[in-house]
Amino acid sequence: MGKTLVEKIWDAHVVKSQEGFPDMIYIDTHLIHEVTSPQAFDGLRKRGLPVFRPTQTVATADHNVPTLDQHLPIKEELSRYQVDMLSKNCKEFGIELYGLGHPYQGIVHVIGPELGITQPGKTMVCGDSHTSTHGAFGAIAFGIGTSQVEQVFATQCLLQQKPKTMKIEVNGELGKGVGAKDIILYIISKISAAGGTGYFVEYAGSAIRALSMEGRMTICNMSIEMGARGGLIAPDQTTFDYVEGREFAPKGAEWEKSLAYWKTLYSDDDATFDAVLTYDAAAIQPMITYGTNPGMGIGVTEQIPTTISQPDSEKPSFQKALDYMGFHDGEQVLGKPVDYVFIGSCTNSRIEDLRQVAAFVQGKQKASNVEVWIVPGSKQVEAQAKLEGIDKIFEEAGFMLREPGCSACLGMNEDKIPAGKYCISTSNRNFEGRQGPNARTLLVSPLTAAAAAVTGKIVDVRELV
Amino acid sequence: MKKFEKLSSRVVPLPIENIDTDQIIPARFLKATTREGFGNNLFRDWRYDSNDQPKADFVMNNPTYQGKILVAGKNFGCGSSREHAAWAIQDFGFDVVVSSFFADIFKGNALNNGVLPITVSEEFLEKIFDQIFAKPDAEIEVDLEAQTIRIVATDDQYEFEINPYKKSCLINGYDDIDFILSHKAEIEIFEQQR
Repeated sequence: MGKTLVEKIWDAHVVKSQEGFPDMIYIDTHLIHEVTSPQAFDGLRKRGLPVFRPTQTVATADHNVPTLDQHLPIKEELSRYQVDMLSKNCKEFGIELYGLGHPYQGIVHVIGPELGITQPGKTMVCGDSHTSTHGAFGAIAFGIGTSQVEQVFATQCLLQQKPKTMKIEVNGELGKGVGAKDIILYIISKISAAGGTGYFVEYAGSAIRALSMEGRMTICNMSIEMGARGGLIAPDQTTFDYVEGREFAPKGAEWEKSLAYWKTLYSDDDATFDAVLTYDAAAIQPMITYGTNPGMGIGVTEQIPTTISQPDSEKPSFQKALDYMGFHDGEQVLGKPVDYVFIGSCTNSRIEDLRQVAAFVQGKQKASNVEVWIVPGSKQVEAQAKLEGIDKIFEEAGFMLREPGCSACLGMNEDKIPAGKYCISTSNRNFEGRQGPNARTLLVSPLTAAAAAVTGKIVDVRELV
Repeated sequence: MKKFEKLSSRVVPLPIENIDTDQIIPARFLKATTREGFGNNLFRDWRYDSNDQPKADFVMNNPTYQGKILVAGKNFGCGSSREHAAWAIQDFGFDVVVSSFFADIFKGNALNNGVLPITVSEEFLEKIFDQIFAKPDAEIEVDLEAQTIRIVATDDQYEFEINPYKKSCLINGYDDIDFILSHKAEIEIFEQQR
């Protein structure tokens, strides 16, 4: 019987498989950042262990960094200490660090792909749940806790239960103004924030195939928002074209050898998935979330569901979410004013996102009632945007391009949304307090965010493109 | 790692679904570089108002409810991979979390820290909530070896699943690194044969 893509990559990395035990799988690449690594380094010191394969780990500082004045010392003491600790640990254990000031610094899930570190067929982990992003290249990539970061440091392996497999097919053509972010928000709204738990999801179908690598990354990035630890897409010519020539991509004869292997990475026709779901791309409209988990999403022209329509056990949580957001049963979100617009995060901070936003806002002006934060995913994205004059377009429209980092996605660094304010955001989570205590998040695509930036409210971007 | 065998305790009920790790420990408290002290900020924004005053209506501020077992609605621990969530729960004094459904990463993190996540049926979860709200000092008994959780007053019992390897780790207090390191030669052979 044939194998799924996940099974092919998984089986190629099993060091040991034993009845009653999780599989011991080999990890090709380990990405680390300042927040989830210090306790793991401490663990190594306590055990008196080195990092087993230091050249297979790459570090950057992203979660806890400011996005203005990065050339100055970090003002907040605890943040500065944590970022300094990363530099100190990387030096002590011999790990390459692309820290603040380095031309490769950026959000860990943006720099891996753009440097060619992310490649088809690899196993990749990081102490961050959005590691699923790298699955866009046909890699097994998933988030881990700090104890597991320590395990990978110490052994380059993890003990992991082989996941169940789910195929999600999206077929047909997307309508105008609808993009990758809308696809994934739509899928999550259909299967819920828990619907993918226990699975690795393979995205397939003509609408997925038609996406650029950056669009595919947006899709795989949010796999964890339906509970799936990993999400992946079989590599194809789009993938190979993206990887070729990048800094750490294989070169020469190595490239040819890798390419030949990568071309075998697809789910066989007779492979069986534990679950299969199919959606029609034409049915997807620009999406927006109205609640406090990413499964609470609707088409932008639809009404918020009613509490009474929810299953009994879910009514209290549903009502709690609406109360937090200041919304009512059955209400329309279209036309509601917003206070902040955040364009950034590992979901949507790549050059194509910025290009799309720039093309939309060119010649328009920021609405007076909104604060707009545009945060590039990496130094390289920032440099490219400047090269293309995107920063100037933003300036003319009344916005500013900040410096790279996770920024307002997670309410950890200086960039927080004030209590009670509505933020239309291209990030991935709308949990209570995610962007700051009592901040209210509405997840959308970069295009819908750009439309809010110039109109000051929630609009149907299809009417403006 | 701390060993776990048996526990009999009162419980703290939190009948909310989809409790994400940002609620368990908000990101602004992840700046610490050690594993200790996160319990103070467990469920920070549900426990305290913006002036750092305890919110009287939150269950953890109600002395009626206490114990080493946290019982929560389905899809507990979804969201971020932050192990700080498991550390906060443990540091606050919980040894067991019961739910009808756990997010993957949280479940693994809990197990790696000696906190036992017990998945029960929706019906059994309801029974626990019903019992606790009727009788807040009701005790729950957990026996890891037998893989059972029991409501003492009603003698309702549920047999839960756990991976046999993780079970032995918890009972013996050893962790994955100890196990993997004992197979280091196989890792090196794997590397050479690729």
